[in-house]
Amino acid sequence: MSVIQLENVSRAFTVTSRTGLRRTKREVRAVDNLSFTVGRGEVVGYIGPNGAGKSTTIKMLTGILVPSGGSIRVAGVDPSRNRMKLAKRIGVVFGQRTTLWWDLPLKDSFAVLQKMYGVSRARHAENLATFVELLDLGDLLDVPVRQLSLGQRMRGDIAAALLHDPEIVYLDEPTIGLDIISKARLREFLAQVNKDRQTTIILTTHDLDDIEALCSRVMVIDHGHKVYDGTLTGLRSSQSAPRTLVVDLAASLPPITIDGATVTKVDGPRQYLTFPTTTSAAPLVAQIAATYPLQDLTIAEPTIESVIARIYANPAPVTD
Amino acid sequence: MAESTSLRRAMAWPGQYRMLVMMWIRSSLAYPASFALTLVSTMLITGTDFVAVVLMFSHIESFGGFSLGEMGLLYGTASMTLGLADLATGSIERIGQRIRTGELDVWLIRPVPAFIQAVADNFALRRLGRPFQAGLVLVIALGHIELDWTVAKGIVLVVSMLTGSIIFGAIFVLGAAFQFISIDSAELANSFTYGGQQLTQYPLSIFGKDIVRAVTFIVPLAFVNYYPVLFVLGKPAPLGLPSWIGLLAPAVAVAMIALASVAWRGGLRRYRSTGS
Ligand SMILES: Nc1ncnc2c1ncn2[C@@H]1O[C@H](COP(=O)(O)OP(=O)(O)OP(=O)(O)O)[C@@H](O)[C@H]1O
Ligand SMILES: [Mg+2]
Repeated sequence: MSVIQLENVSRAFTVTSRTGLRRTKREVRAVDNLSFTVGRGEVVGYIGPNGAGKSTTIKMLTGILVPSGGSIRVAGVDPSRNRMKLAKRIGVVFGQRTTLWWDLPLKDSFAVLQKMYGVSRARHAENLATFVELLDLGDLLDVPVRQLSLGQRMRGDIAAALLHDPEIVYLDEPTIGLDIISKARLREFLAQVNKDRQTTIILTTHDLDDIEALCSRVMVIDHGHKVYDGTLTGLRSSQSAPRTLVVDLAASLPPITIDGATVTKVDGPRQYLTFPTTTSAAPLVAQIAATYPLQDLTIAEPTIESVIARIYANPAPVTD
Repeated sequence: MAESTSLRRAMAWPGQYRMLVMMWIRSSLAYPASFALTLVSTMLITGTDFVAVVLMFSHIESFGGFSLGEMGLLYGTASMTLGLADLATGSIERIGQRIRTGELDVWLIRPVPAFIQAVADNFALRRLGRPFQAGLVLVIALGHIELDWTVAKGIVLVVSMLTGSIIFGAIFVLGAAFQFISIDSAELANSFTYGGQQLTQYPLSIFGKDIVRAVTFIVPLAFVNYYPVLFVLGKPAPLGLPSWIGLLAPAVAVAMIALASVAWRGGLRRYRSTGS
């Protein structure tokens, strides 16, 4: 059952740029003819280079922005027309800005949200206790939001977005600026919430570890177009990024010359060879072992970063 | 059915407004001394305009056909309506800042109308200073006016305070809605409200026919207090208008609410946030 449906959705912005005294108007299509559906309980990683249109998409899904074309249904309603009705069913985290009140202690912000969303006291207390424990908020509850560090504030924001048991949660760069431990803890927390509550999660990020840790599905968007939609494994194999053979020889030798692979780097006795995904590794290894004093060898799959970098560099829109 | 749900939602607005207002009051009462100080200083500062009027009357007997007591009534109603409108909706003028920075996003993801959040934002009790001051002037002025009070006149006066506040409030909201189109229009909106308030302190006929026409038919500031006060004092209306024109104030207030609400909704739909 799909909870989010986009059909040919576009959003344009008129941008006025000033060069000297002249003002020129230009139309930027931040999101261009985008279609996708998301099922209940899915965790979707929504990635793309800067300016791809990720945040714009999320703002349309929440009803903040009105699309310039196409149709959106979230939980059965049109977000921009039923924004407030939808608000109770969704949670939103903007990594770049807090949704809490600067001057209020964290717990007062939570109390205001409880009233705004009409959450029963019992349910609020229960959720709060869970989140305080999982996000380690205990010491922060009495601190005004203004005085929290970025990472502390982010944890507060995430708790705030989930206190009313939303069915769908959008997180726009929730791990921005977090240290490694906080990131890991946050991912664990989100995975837990998804598992326990069947919460649908859409997450944008520039940290691919977030995607690897959390998302069963990845969508890549570039210039407002969807360029990939599928699993992370599928994403890897969709781009025939070269694999790497790391060879340790008995001595420092001139670059290895064999068919089907080329040396990209020599580091003393260690040499790096790349070969296409379509070539099998076994005959290459046999060839090297026959002619060189081979001591050790590893095969490195393309990193997810290099795969994504290839997509960003030459996007080929997928049709599905 | 759609009707009844939207009605039910509208019924929740006063409660939501009160809840947010209480939240802001609680956080401002953390500093009670500064609160009291600003309240008193607001009363004094807003009172200076009336002091100027009183001084003027040491040289003249009447101004535009109004005695000092009658001027007090006009001034008091102008100041009271502006003060109440400012108390209830004044925060909305700060929307421009939120539009520019994209912080309005945060209000739009909540199940409470952005309008309620905007008018309750940073609610400041010190804005009570002006209504207090206006109340004081009104009490004194009413003591100096010789008039055959009737129930009808009393009702018109009281109702006009409410409808006048609504008209001012609607102008605040219209000004805020304009900021979705042009962020720099805050100044323009201010000149209508605060400038308009300056006008409403005086008998409008002194400004000439064109101004009177403008504040009757374009920006209906004359209905805030001038026409109702003319009715109460039994004075003729300008431009050959009927003397009961002051009784139309509630209708004008309703029309202004409708206009402001259309403009506000239109503004929200034009909101484009910022890149993030
Ligand atoms: N309010 C706005 N006014 C004008 N242009 C905008 C606005 N918001 C976004 N844009 C433009 O739309 C495009 C997409 O922006 P968006 O913020 O959606 O990108 P993004 O994918 O979230 O990028 P990032 O990874 O940098 O956050 C950009 O070209 C941006 O300049
Ligand atoms: Mg973004």
